[in-house]
Amino acid sequence: MEIGNKLQRNAFTLAVISGCVLLIMLAQFKMINLYVQSVMMFMGINIMIATSLNLVNGNMGEFSCGHAAFLCVGAYVSSLTTVLLLVPNGILGDPLLPPQLSVLVFPISVLVGGVVAALAGILVALPSFKTRGDYLAIITIAVNYMVISGIENLDIIGGPRGFMGMKKVVKAMYDVADIPWMMIFVAIGTIFCVVMIRRYISSTFGKGVNAICQDEIAAEIMSVNTNKVKLVTFMLSSGLCGMAGGLFAHVVGYVNPQSFNILKSTEAMVMVYLGGMGSLSGAVLSAVFFTFLLELLRPLQILKWVIIPLTLVLLMQFRPEGIMGNKELTDIFPKLRKYCRFK
Amino acid sequence: MEVLIQNIINALQWGSFYALIALGYTLVYGVLLLINFAHGDIFMVGAYIAFFVVITLLGTMGLAPGVALALAVPLTMILTACVGVTLERIAYRPLRRKGAHRLYVVITALMCGLILENGNLALLGASRKKFPELLETTVYRFGDVSVTNIKLIVIVAAILVFLFLHFVVTRTKIGMAMRGISYDKFAIPLMGIPVDTIIVFTFILGSGFAGLAGLLFAMSYPVLEPYMGALIGWKAFIAAVVGGIGDIRGAFVGGFLLGFIEIGVVAVFPSTMRDLFAFTILLMILWAKPTGLFGRARHQKI
Repeated sequence: MEIGNKLQRNAFTLAVISGCVLLIMLAQFKMINLYVQSVMMFMGINIMIATSLNLVNGNMGEFSCGHAAFLCVGAYVSSLTTVLLLVPNGILGDPLLPPQLSVLVFPISVLVGGVVAALAGILVALPSFKTRGDYLAIITIAVNYMVISGIENLDIIGGPRGFMGMKKVVKAMYDVADIPWMMIFVAIGTIFCVVMIRRYISSTFGKGVNAICQDEIAAEIMSVNTNKVKLVTFMLSSGLCGMAGGLFAHVVGYVNPQSFNILKSTEAMVMVYLGGMGSLSGAVLSAVFFTFLLELLRPLQILKWVIIPLTLVLLMQFRPEGIMGNKELTDIFPKLRKYCRFK
Repeated sequence: MEVLIQNIINALQWGSFYALIALGYTLVYGVLLLINFAHGDIFMVGAYIAFFVVITLLGTMGLAPGVALALAVPLTMILTACVGVTLERIAYRPLRRKGAHRLYVVITALMCGLILENGNLALLGASRKKFPELLETTVYRFGDVSVTNIKLIVIVAAILVFLFLHFVVTRTKIGMAMRGISYDKFAIPLMGIPVDTIIVFTFILGSGFAGLAGLLFAMSYPVLEPYMGALIGWKAFIAAVVGGIGDIRGAFVGGFLLGFIEIGVVAVFPSTMRDLFAFTILLMILWAKPTGLFGRARHQKI
């Protein structure tokens, strides 16, 4: 009886995990081609970006518009780690570790990228103690430019030309065992990210995040340590985004500072506001939808970037709260509550 | 010494562009408390409008360059102001009427900027436009320091625009209405002040001077491309914030400050470092004074 109840309560989680396993199996037996696989992986990465930004912009009610900076930090740090350790490169020459270890080093490098990105998040978190709203928005934009400009000036890692060599790392992983490694890691990363955020928001400490969004002064009076909550939230958000960056770099196999500019930040914002501010399931759904939209509009080339902003402008006019509008799936379909717990 | 003076003149010119664009940001923010993120792209549209106006005047009408310039300045300003007002009409006003959250308006502004950039790219293609020469470049030499007439025009124009706006905002009835709206937008309609008219006027001023900046920019650096407004716009906006957004003097000072910082960095360090240093210094200023140099903190009442 007890087991049956538990099964029912976590049915949704199990369904998601088994769906991921199914996709990986399909990829393993070549049932879905590489293009579909890459779209799936971008979907996962976009889910990570959207949910992590949603934590700051939706749940905490700040207005961060330089999220790509952390993506950039994560991408560069994790790429540097794997390339320096595993494949012959122009910086250190010979690799430090045998390529068989790539399967172990890659996830660690993604985590390291996340940690460094979280530290970069302090750049935004500290000013947020004093100011919020528009001024904080400026600071995030400035941080975005600073990170890109800083990396462009580091000639040792390629500067504006970008950095490559991750393809070899991924190839080394496939040499260890021929299973779709990248799919697996992206799936793990995505699930990890969503679960982390969900648990964080529903924790006692995380209730402070929503309290800050409602009314910062009142939250401070009601004994929410606003500075601490802000620091942790910004760091968590940028850390998870940094992990997404690490995965992104290895999926694409090449990073370039300009691919993390304001446009990328805008993409992240579009996903958040499309999904609905402060709605985790909304962010996930809109990330999936947005990735599809990008792929559908690919033949239109530059017109894509007219249509997407136009969609958002119309959305703001007619349904400003986004697809979900601050509600979770369970609020819309109460029957789902039997199968999963969002709160 | 000569090098220093030369750099100061360059910084003044560079700062003039920033100041002109920052003034537009500040005007709109001062009245609506809205970051008009599309303003940098309105500047870009202004440069393109100037290009087409000048091509028409020189090519099809065959006017002399001097006459063309005299006609191009008001025409560009009027047409760009139309673009700004249209944007306000179709994008911002409906949201304001609904009393939408400020954030939605900001996002709409951001997206409108993207639409302008990429719409331009889709319409006119990626080929860069070469702006025709309107003024014979004359160079005045004082020892080793050289000043072109265009530089002088830009600097003088920025100062004149600043004085004009300062006069409008502090000494006229419309300026008083503007300040009133930013002070209390609920009481102002009760005083018989047409809020929408004032807001449209604000957009006319801001966008018109963005158009002027576009024309002057195209005259100084005669290569136009759709993304030229994005970076300059962001930077001018940050300059406005550092000066204290919503304050005309702040925008002016912030713009020139950013110009001096950038030219100073380029004079000492490699030029790729420009953005890094500029943004870092601005961040430090904002850390020390979160509301900018002239800005006043708005106290929240509980």
